[in-house]
Amino acid sequence: MGFQPVKFYQTGTFTIGNRLLEPDERSVQSGQARSNSINSGHRACQGCGEALGARYAIDAAMAESKGQLIAANATGCLEVFSTPYPESSWQLPWIHSLFGNAPAVATGIAAAMKVKGKTEVRVVAQGGDGGTTDIGFGCLSGMFERNDDVLYLCYDNQAYMNTGVQRSSATPPAARTATTMPVGPNPGNAFGQGKNVPEIAMAHGIPYVATATVADLRDLEYKVRRAMKMHGARYIQIFVPCPLGWGTASSDTIRMARLAKESGMFPVFEAEYGEVVGVSKIRHKIPVEEYLQPQKRFAHLFGTNGHPEMVTRMQAIADRNIRKYGLLDEEGC
Amino acid sequence: MLKQTEGSKAVAEAIALCRPEVICAYPISPQTHIVEALGEMVKAGNLTPCEFINVESEFAAMSVAIGASAAGARSYTATASQGLLFMVEAVYNAAGLGLPIVMTVANRAIGAPINIWNDHSDSLSQRDSGWMQLFAETNQEAVDLHIQAFRLAEELSMPIMVCMDGFILTHAFERIDIPEQNQVDSYLPPFDPRQVLDPAEPVSIGAMVGPEAFMEVKYLAHAKQMQAIERIPVLAAEFKQIFGRDSGGLIRTYCSEDAETMVIAMGSVLGTIKDTVDEMRAEGHKIGVLGIISYRPFPLEQVREALSSCKRFVVLEKSLAVGMGGIVATDVRMAVTGSGLKGYTAIACLGGRPITRATLHKLFLQAEQELLPPVTFVDLDWEAVNKQLTREQQTRRSGPAAENMLHDKGLISAKFG
Repeated sequence: MGFQPVKFYQTGTFTIGNRLLEPDERSVQSGQARSNSINSGHRACQGCGEALGARYAIDAAMAESKGQLIAANATGCLEVFSTPYPESSWQLPWIHSLFGNAPAVATGIAAAMKVKGKTEVRVVAQGGDGGTTDIGFGCLSGMFERNDDVLYLCYDNQAYMNTGVQRSSATPPAARTATTMPVGPNPGNAFGQGKNVPEIAMAHGIPYVATATVADLRDLEYKVRRAMKMHGARYIQIFVPCPLGWGTASSDTIRMARLAKESGMFPVFEAEYGEVVGVSKIRHKIPVEEYLQPQKRFAHLFGTNGHPEMVTRMQAIADRNIRKYGLLDEEGC
Repeated sequence: MLKQTEGSKAVAEAIALCRPEVICAYPISPQTHIVEALGEMVKAGNLTPCEFINVESEFAAMSVAIGASAAGARSYTATASQGLLFMVEAVYNAAGLGLPIVMTVANRAIGAPINIWNDHSDSLSQRDSGWMQLFAETNQEAVDLHIQAFRLAEELSMPIMVCMDGFILTHAFERIDIPEQNQVDSYLPPFDPRQVLDPAEPVSIGAMVGPEAFMEVKYLAHAKQMQAIERIPVLAAEFKQIFGRDSGGLIRTYCSEDAETMVIAMGSVLGTIKDTVDEMRAEGHKIGVLGIISYRPFPLEQVREALSSCKRFVVLEKSLAVGMGGIVATDVRMAVTGSGLKGYTAIACLGGRPITRATLHKLFLQAEQELLPPVTFVDLDWEAVNKQLTREQQTRRSGPAAENMLHDKGLISAKFG
């Protein structure tokens, strides 16, 4: 019998994978040297996908920069739950300025480091989807276009959660939010709207663009570390379910993220200089209902007064993603 | 070194002498020549180390300056008018965070109607932002105030706008004494930040602050400006020692000793006012001038003192508090509360309306005879205004006001028949 590669699938714990892996292949988060950049004690909701994503992303960036990291943070849940005065969860130099300017603030920090010759100090900016795809989009595009040496992390929970779950340009069609209520003949968010920021980022031709989810934290760590090995403008959009805003169980955050990826609703890929260089294949393709039905924000699509035609349209979106990014292996089709 | 040069170029040279480390630039008239000159210096390697960043908006310009300043870099930008208003959220933020950014405001009117010419509406709209505001009377003073501004901003860890009249100063060529690098170096020490983003000593900057401490943080900004009242004259005196000329300070008086009528103003219009006062003095009128250099902090005591022996004053201002009258005048009246002085507000020069010695002469004579109404709109075309007001009474759909008035004044009809 010849060489047989062993696959380890992450199933909610790193214990097995890490024990069998060489030390340098183990996850940042499993190591004793992890920086705990966003420390315990913050005020995030139970099951918050954003807190989980931020912890893994920033710790990975800290590991890759050997602790020489500065973060700029947009206004939003992450900022509010991590820094209720006079406390702070952040174990790295961190600044919050405004809702819509985190990319520009990060540009300023990077410029300061460059002019001072502190080339070892790296800069990340982070925000939610509202701060990134809507109000901060001008600054984000400017930062991309100038190819400033900043890694931007967008924690995408698909609405303005901090202000009480209002629609953003990252909110999916049909979703109930406080400003797209499930009423009238076309309940929930409209179809045919929204902004695909990873693709817009790619159109800027920047060195690195990736998507990731909190269902595959090894992949998230890998992408952050990979991005940190590069210079110039880099963008990672991390899919972070929000139990409060989506109406899902706190214990279902990782499952929701996995179902989003496995249904094709959230394509997971990476791209360099505007071209896709890798996709995370769907392992077990599921119909979108399996992803949508557990979420109260889609509850109006199901049941006796449901909208099966909208579910069909959602499936079409997922199928298009699968085709476009080649998310299924041939044998899986 | 004496030079015949443009105000903007001179300011750019002064900024370069201050060794800025990060400059963010977004073009808006009439500030453009300043950042263009700085960009060229950085590109040519004559200003180093310095990062010159062409940003995508004024909001980004101030935000980049915020990041750079918080990371310990001496940061500079310039703007005007709509640009200042576009960055307002970040303007307040920079002051709230206590970041010593220096920004030139090439003062320009605010639309609508869009207008590129000079008045003080832009920076005065940021009166309560927490930024200090110093107004230059001449291009020499604009040069000198920038050097003093970096020193003051960094001492107090608070941002400063140096305001210079758009076009009137920014685009005027005149003889300016450009300081030497060693003079500036001996006046302005390297930036030693109070707070800095540094991996060796991590801090969180910009936390959410609730009712338990918000007022205290805001009061600190006020306390800083009260300190600035003390420091501005000291820094001007030190400046004189090194550079050999009077520049800056809180206020400046002219022919005020025996003046019964005092004229108060900010910026370049003080030149025309002084010329008019010279003429009137020659005719025997007891008239003097009070120029306000530091609009924020507002030197209440110094203004009160300067007006203590006059009988009346006129505030001639290039700004309008719509629905009320004067902006600067309100502060001056606050300064002389209880003194029983007669005060007049004269709104002039809005949107670049030129002001002449003849107009000022007439205005000041009326003030002297105490014939002025409390608020005067200098050289306002009442005929055009009344025509429009009548039109609005007669016709519901009276159309866009600005276009109507241009038509009435014959500007459009002359062009288009």
